Amino acid sequence: MRLSSKTITLLGLAVVIAIAPVFFPSSFYYRVGSLIFVNGLAVTGLVILIGYAGQISLGHAGFAGIGAYACALAPVHFGLHPALAAVLGAVLSGIIAWLVGRPILRLKGYYLAVASLGFGVLVSMVLANEAAITGGPDGMAVEDPGLRGALKAIGIDLSNTEFWYAFSGLILVIGAWLALNLYHSPTGRALRALHGSEVAARAVGIDVAGYKLKAFVISAVYASVSGSLLALQNKFITPDVAGFMHSIEMVTMTVLGGAGSVIGAILGAAILTILPQILTVFQEYEQLLLGLVMMLVMIFMRDGLLPSIARRLRRGGE
Amino acid sequence: MKLSMTTALAGTLALVLGFAAPAFADIKIGATVSETGPASFLGDPEAKTLKMLVDALNAAGGINGEKIEFVIYDDGGDPNKARTFATRLVEDDEVVAIIGGTTTGTTMAIMPVAEDAEIPFISLAGAIEIIDPVRPYTFKTPHTDRMACAKIFEDMKKRGFTKIGMISGSDGFGASMRKQCLAIIGDYGIEVLADETYGPTDADMTPQLTNIKGKDGVQAVLNPGFGQGPAIVTRNYAQLAIGLPLYQSHGVASDSFIELAGAQAAEGVRLPGTALLVAGLLPESDPQYAVVKAYKEAYEKATGKPVSTFGGYAHDAFAILVDAIKRSGGSESSAIRDAIEATSGLVGTTGTVTMSATDHLGLDLSAFRMLEIQKGGWKIVE
Repeated sequence: MRLSSKTITLLGLAVVIAIAPVFFPSSFYYRVGSLIFVNGLAVTGLVILIGYAGQISLGHAGFAGIGAYACALAPVHFGLHPALAAVLGAVLSGIIAWLVGRPILRLKGYYLAVASLGFGVLVSMVLANEAAITGGPDGMAVEDPGLRGALKAIGIDLSNTEFWYAFSGLILVIGAWLALNLYHSPTGRALRALHGSEVAARAVGIDVAGYKLKAFVISAVYASVSGSLLALQNKFITPDVAGFMHSIEMVTMTVLGGAGSVIGAILGAAILTILPQILTVFQEYEQLLLGLVMMLVMIFMRDGLLPSIARRLRRGGE
Repeated sequence: MKLSMTTALAGTLALVLGFAAPAFADIKIGATVSETGPASFLGDPEAKTLKMLVDALNAAGGINGEKIEFVIYDDGGDPNKARTFATRLVEDDEVVAIIGGTTTGTTMAIMPVAEDAEIPFISLAGAIEIIDPVRPYTFKTPHTDRMACAKIFEDMKKRGFTKIGMISGSDGFGASMRKQCLAIIGDYGIEVLADETYGPTDADMTPQLTNIKGKDGVQAVLNPGFGQGPAIVTRNYAQLAIGLPLYQSHGVASDSFIELAGAQAAEGVRLPGTALLVAGLLPESDPQYAVVKAYKEAYEKATGKPVSTFGGYAHDAFAILVDAIKRSGGSESSAIRDAIEATSGLVGTTGTVTMSATDHLGLDLSAFRMLEIQKGGWKIVE
């Protein structure tokens, strides 16, 4: 039986996630792992938008913020279960992305970037200023979803960090699976076609505006779920999650690892999540070194980090 | 040759230390503060203070003969990073206690980690939510906004003011303090006749102040705020010749406030501040005299920068922790927690700390000094 590249990629990802804990010197690494998965999920969404459809967004942290605050607010105000609140956040993000996306996706290049940036800033300002609802800049607590407790009841007793490592890992694999499926679907082909040339895509009958919007909405839902996961595992959230820097971080991870490939982008997320932890030794130079790494990658590996591996993976499948 | 000698020496030393380690296990203390980022004006003096104090303590032989091993991370004011570093301190570095949480946001992110791991955590942030309700492993050193309000209202009551006007900043600090002040103002029999607000970047507060001026019966004005807003309020206040006593908050208790507002406009303004701000004015009989003087001199010598209240919070957190480790006689986290809770009469830069099972701050109103600005300088008025 021949395995498709998609299956190999997914299996590889799942195996790495499952085996990595064997090499963890302490349970702190579970925390780093779960952060990589949370970031990886948001970045997978951006691969669909940036890598497949060729559109840029500097406001996706806004959707992460919506997802995160849905988990914080819905249980308090509507008595909703936090896990359901994450679903609500995803739906809400999708709807907002659809409403916002319709007008701003008419814009191209820099203009699209600036418009999406404006949206992200708007969300973080609302979260910071509506202190009566959101707790303002000081943030607010998030209820425990009780999933860990449920596992404990059936005999699987995991520590907090272990649980979130496993859970975010699972969600990431699902997210990657969906994104890879999309790549090979008619929608994925349409997205890649309009990435190549909008005019040509339109000429062969692709609804360019419609597909762009689809990619925007899907990536917004990814960002929203990643925000929810972050809020649920931190049990506390501040407007920083929707901040401009978080948006930039997401795009940087995507581009660093290679915007065209899901695994490449997840690798980018892993590197940019781990790097600050390693660089604490050079605390004063942390930003400097991060900047240097970014510049070197951009100059010498324009397709993103480890492009050869990504390319080989892709070649193997087609 | 010289190099290899050094290497050999270092090697021998490492070997000796390595063998000695079981007998003199270092005590590992962790910190995560916002050395960079938007809260760096708070976090930077905190980090400098902690590093300076650790070095001084180790040079003096450590605690009960054991050296301190100090791990400090910079969370950049990001709560998510703060939580990651707190997890790292607990799981990877295996510290016995954590100092940190420069802002309320980072503190609230670190707190669940410390509580889960049952490791004592001393926060350096202001909000009352950190210690109310009391959580077993969380402590803090800075006084709360509510205490600043109480100090101001006490002074107003003493001067016979019962009807005041308020003008508050709408930023996090101003909004929180306004809320705390309004919550306790009734206890002092004081009534707010005018309640105005301004945005954190507003450049002119004349309209709000004119409203207050127009209200009959206002005897004094209170301005809870942070940053440049209060300086502008003070200048506008003088320009409008309102002529009523003006109270500012502890948020602007620094020399730069007088510079910003101008000595003439700031004349007669009262605010609650810590002993550290007026270190030079304290009489030798003052209980905090020695502590404040020693810290100020050491900090200014080590960094070449003027001492700040925020560094003082870190100084006190470290003093409380060291005192607790000494008394608990070991490096057991739960014993250190119990010892911190039993802290009694410890003199710090912000006040004299006496904790209990229901009070994880341990400061009373004497922690604040009512200060008045006179001729461009500070004067204690009590």
